[in-house]
Amino acid sequence: MSYNKPLPKLDTDNRPFWAATKQGKFMLQFCRDCGDTRFPPGPVCPKCLSSNQDWKEASGKGTLESWVDFHRAYWDGFKGELPYRVCMVRLEEGPVVVSNLTSKTDNLRMGQPVQVVYEAVTDEVTLPKFALVE
Amino acid sequence: MYDLADLKDKVAVIGVGNTKYGNFPEIDDYGLAAHAFRNAVEDCGIDKNKVDGLLVSRIPYYARMGEVLGLNPRWTITLPGHGRMSGMGIIEAATAIAAGHCDYAALLYANIGRSRRVNYGGDESPGTWDPWGFTSPGAAHAMAFRRHMELYGTTTRQLAEVSVAIRHHASLNPDAVMRTPFTIDDHEAARFITAPLRLLDYCLINDGAVCLILTSKERAKDFKKPPVLISGFGAQETYSPSSVANFDMDCWYPAISAAGEQAYRMAGVSRGDVDALMCYDNFSPTVLFTLEGLGFCGKGESGPWVENGALKIGGKLPVNTDGGHLSNSYMQGWALNVEAVRQLRGECGARQVPNCEVVQYAQSTPCTRSIIYTRG
Repeated sequence: MSYNKPLPKLDTDNRPFWAATKQGKFMLQFCRDCGDTRFPPGPVCPKCLSSNQDWKEASGKGTLESWVDFHRAYWDGFKGELPYRVCMVRLEEGPVVVSNLTSKTDNLRMGQPVQVVYEAVTDEVTLPKFALVE
Repeated sequence: MYDLADLKDKVAVIGVGNTKYGNFPEIDDYGLAAHAFRNAVEDCGIDKNKVDGLLVSRIPYYARMGEVLGLNPRWTITLPGHGRMSGMGIIEAATAIAAGHCDYAALLYANIGRSRRVNYGGDESPGTWDPWGFTSPGAAHAMAFRRHMELYGTTTRQLAEVSVAIRHHASLNPDAVMRTPFTIDDHEAARFITAPLRLLDYCLINDGAVCLILTSKERAKDFKKPPVLISGFGAQETYSPSSVANFDMDCWYPAISAAGEQAYRMAGVSRGDVDALMCYDNFSPTVLFTLEGLGFCGKGESGPWVENGALKIGGKLPVNTDGGHLSNSYMQGWALNVEAVRQLRGECGARQVPNCEVVQYAQSTPCTRSIIYTRG
């Protein structure tokens, strides 16, 4: 059966990120002038407005900032997985990202360490997700 | 240039009106807004042709709105249908009147989301995190409330106090959409939408429209009812992280603190003077966040503070006496401002706050605003 969840909308800013996840790498955009590091990427540095932006590989490690469990599917593709878990992770490098937590336990605490895992959902797209570090 | 604080008590709300609230598939935005406008015109007795300022929110086309109402104003502003626009719009209109852009401004809001089956999530509102299934403002508030639970030990039974008190107020309001009272246990038994939030933590989705008519304090004397003055206001945006829409890592505490302080200072009142708080309650946690930011309780202390019915009329601080978004009507802040006016006029019947002299409106959102109204 074909993949029926939403796929990322590729644009000028985020194309390098999605190319890297296919290679099993979590890349963060950063400013070559002031060092600001962020997610999602943007056209200029929000701190110093420089256009001199580049990419660096993140460790894929972070900590749990928050999480929720969806009991309602806003897309049909999620209906079979209810309830599904979405997490908010602060990466070691600073930026905060939203993703899925693959761990099913109810015994979660803010600040728990997590590590990126990759799931190839189509030939073109590999989604980074997170798992608790045991 | 003048100091914004000089606008204290310079602009008044003279007329308010609204439609019935519910499911009206046979009527469109313009039709609902026209009913609300007619009711506001009747409320104050203005010759509608005197209206020379028009602000519309969530109404598709301002010029069609003017055509429908037979208005050709000299000031128009159009705002998107985001909830945060109500506080922004009222402040914009007040400054426009003070600056002389217009003498009488009609502010119109209409929502047809119920009859048109708006979901507030999924493909209607595409976002960065759709591939992981993270969508909808409710989920963003669930994410924020989970942090509050983790950081401060706040419980969902404490959160329930918000919905229970506001539904109690709706039960006293004959015009509210949802009027059957419920208990904390009922709240805890409701189904999850996005855990930790349940059905009774979510606002309604209903059709309806609201209108406010504003003018200067001097002109306000000429109308049917005592004017209600805009005594203070404050503002602070939080645009990062906008990719996580409707979310702030610190539950908007810095923004609502700043906006509240500006409003209190301008109005020359303290929070202890506030007789009722009209608090943007798209989801119940925002009420807790707002109480903390405004300083009614300490940061992280809203859970215990709201216990034992503190938010009910007769409690520590009556909140959303019309039933709010949770139980009266999802008019995205506009109806709460109308309720502020009606409370100060003493028109609220069974839900009237005794000796009501100061009412505060507050919205803790990416565009945080607070407005303080007093009797003219």
